Amino acid sequence: MKSIIAEDLVKTYDKGKVRALDHLSLDVEEGTVLGVLGPNGAGKTTTVRILATLLNPDSGRATVGGIDVVKHPEKVREIIGLSGQYAAVDEILTGWDNLVMFGQLYHLGKKQAIARAEELLEQFSLTDSARRPIKTYSGGMRRRLDLAASLIVKPKVLFLDEPTTGLDPRGRQEMWEVIQELVKGGVTLLLTTQYLEEADQLADEIAVIDHGKVIARGTSDALKKQVGGERLQIVVEQSNISKTMEIVSRVSQSPASLDEGMRLISAPVSTGSAALIEALRELDSAGIHPLDVSLKRPSLDDVFMSLTGHVAEEIKEEVKK
Amino acid sequence: MRNLQDIFIITRRQILLLVRVPEVLIFSTIQPVMFVLLFRFVFGGSIESGQPGGYVQLLMPGIFVQTVAFTLAGTASGLADDMKKGLIDRFRSLPISRSALIIGRTLGDSLLNIVVLTVMGITGYVVGWRPTGGTGNVLLGFLFLLLFGYALSWVGVLVGLSAKDARVVQNVSFIVTFPLTFLSNAFAPTTGMPRALQYFAEWNPVSTMVAGCRSLFGLENQFGATAGSFPSENPLLTSLIYMVLLMAIFIPLSVRKYARAAN
Repeated sequence: MKSIIAEDLVKTYDKGKVRALDHLSLDVEEGTVLGVLGPNGAGKTTTVRILATLLNPDSGRATVGGIDVVKHPEKVREIIGLSGQYAAVDEILTGWDNLVMFGQLYHLGKKQAIARAEELLEQFSLTDSARRPIKTYSGGMRRRLDLAASLIVKPKVLFLDEPTTGLDPRGRQEMWEVIQELVKGGVTLLLTTQYLEEADQLADEIAVIDHGKVIARGTSDALKKQVGGERLQIVVEQSNISKTMEIVSRVSQSPASLDEGMRLISAPVSTGSAALIEALRELDSAGIHPLDVSLKRPSLDDVFMSLTGHVAEEIKEEVKK
Repeated sequence: MRNLQDIFIITRRQILLLVRVPEVLIFSTIQPVMFVLLFRFVFGGSIESGQPGGYVQLLMPGIFVQTVAFTLAGTASGLADDMKKGLIDRFRSLPISRSALIIGRTLGDSLLNIVVLTVMGITGYVVGWRPTGGTGNVLLGFLFLLLFGYALSWVGVLVGLSAKDARVVQNVSFIVTFPLTFLSNAFAPTTGMPRALQYFAEWNPVSTMVAGCRSLFGLENQFGATAGSFPSENPLLTSLIYMVLLMAIFIPLSVRKYARAAN
C-alpha cells in the first residue's frame, strides 16, 4: 500500500511568476524511506509543506495515509510528524518544557505527555540537558529535539526536510543513526536532502527533483550506476598522458576521459580504493609519477550532470512564507 | 472543550516564557513605572490640573491607557518572532484548531497586562494617586483597560503575521501607538493643540479610554474635551464601541491570515 501519493502537484508563487512545483508526482510505499534529492530551490520544501498540510497546491492531488491533504488536513495532521529545516522549537523554553507542551497539544493528557517527553529525551540522548533552555543547545541537539517533537504521537508518516543541513559531520552522523533507528520501527519516511551520500545512507528509493519535477527515480544503486559511481582522477605530466590513459582505461574497464588543460585523466571505477591502488602500481612500474591522485565520490552535481546535462543550479532561496 | 484546553496550554506557554526569562516581565514593568515617576515629578509641578490631589490623579489613567496600548507591539513582535523561527509551522502541523494559538497568545498578553497594571497601580498609590470612584468603579476601570489591551492585541496579531521581521514590527507598532497616545488627553490638555489635532484627539480611542477611566476613578473629565461632543459626553460608551469594532474587524482578519500564513 502507498502511504504517500502526490499527483501532478503544481504550486506557483508571486502570482505565477515563480513555478515551485511543475506537475510533480511521487509516491512512497508504506514502511519505506523515500529520499527526495535536489538542489536549493528545486521544490523540496514546497513538496513537504504541501504533504504536511501547511500549504495548498494550486492544482493536483495528494494523499497521506489514504487521506486527502486538501480536503481533510486535520485528519492528516493526526498521523504525521514534521521536522523542518529550522529547528522549530521554543528556544527560551527547556527541552522538557517543549516536549511536554507539544505532547499536551497532541492531547496526550498531562501525565502521559510527561512520560512521553521523558521517554523521547532518553531515546535522543537529551536527558542531561532536558532542563536547559534550547538556546544553549548545539545545532545537532536542537535538531534531535525537533525530531523528538515530531515523534510524540508515533506518527505513521514522517516528513524530514533537510534534517542535517547546517550540521557538522559529527552532528550529521548522530542524526543519521537516530533516523536509521526510527526507520527500523516501521515508520514511512519522506526525507529531503541536498546530499547524495545522505540519501544513499538513509533511503530505500531516491527521487531526484529539478525545477519542480521528478527527473529520475530509483534505488540508490540504480542511480549510482546511471551516474557511474566513483571516479578515479589522475593528473600527470604532459609527456605521460597517453600511457596513463591506457593504464586508467584498463583498470576501469571503460574508456578514460581527458581534460587537456588540467592534464586530468579520469574514469569511472566500481571497486573504489582497490582500483586506485591497482592504477598506482601500474603507473609506478611504468615509471610514471602522478602529480595528483584522487578518488571522487559522485556528488549531487555529478548526478545532475549525468541526468540533465547541466549542473545543479541554485534557482533562488526556496520560498518559505 | 479540547479547543479551550489547547488555548489554555498556549497561554501557559506565555506564562512559562515569563518565568524562564523574568527580565521580560521586569522590563515591561519598569518602563511604565518609570513613566509614572517621570511624569509625576517632572511635569506634575508645572501642569495646572485644577484637580484636588494634583496632576497625578489625571496622569495615572493616562499612563494606564498608554501602557495597555503597547500590548499591540508586544503581541506583534512575539508572533513575528515565532514565525521567523518556524515555530508557527510546528503549531500549524499539530492537530489543534487554527485559532487556538493566536487566542492563547492574546490571552497570555492580557495576563501580562494584569501584572503590569497592578505594579503601576501600587507605584501610583505610593506617589499620591487616590482614586475616589469607589471599589466597583475602579475595578470596572481596570476591566476596561484590560479589554482595550486585548482588543489592540488582535491588531498586533495581524501586524505580527504580516511582517517579515520582528524588529520592523517593533518599529511599526511604536510608530502607530506613540502618536496615538500623545495626540490625546492622556498627559496634557488638548485645548493647547491646533484645532485639527484637537478634533483628532477628541475622537482618539486613547482619549475616550482615558476620559472614561478618569470618570470611573472619580474625576471630572478634565483636559480639554469640548463639552457637547459625543465622545466627550459618552467616553465609556465610545470606548466600548471602538473595542467591539476593533475585535469585530481584526479577529476574523487575523484568524484568516493565520490559516493562510503559508499560502
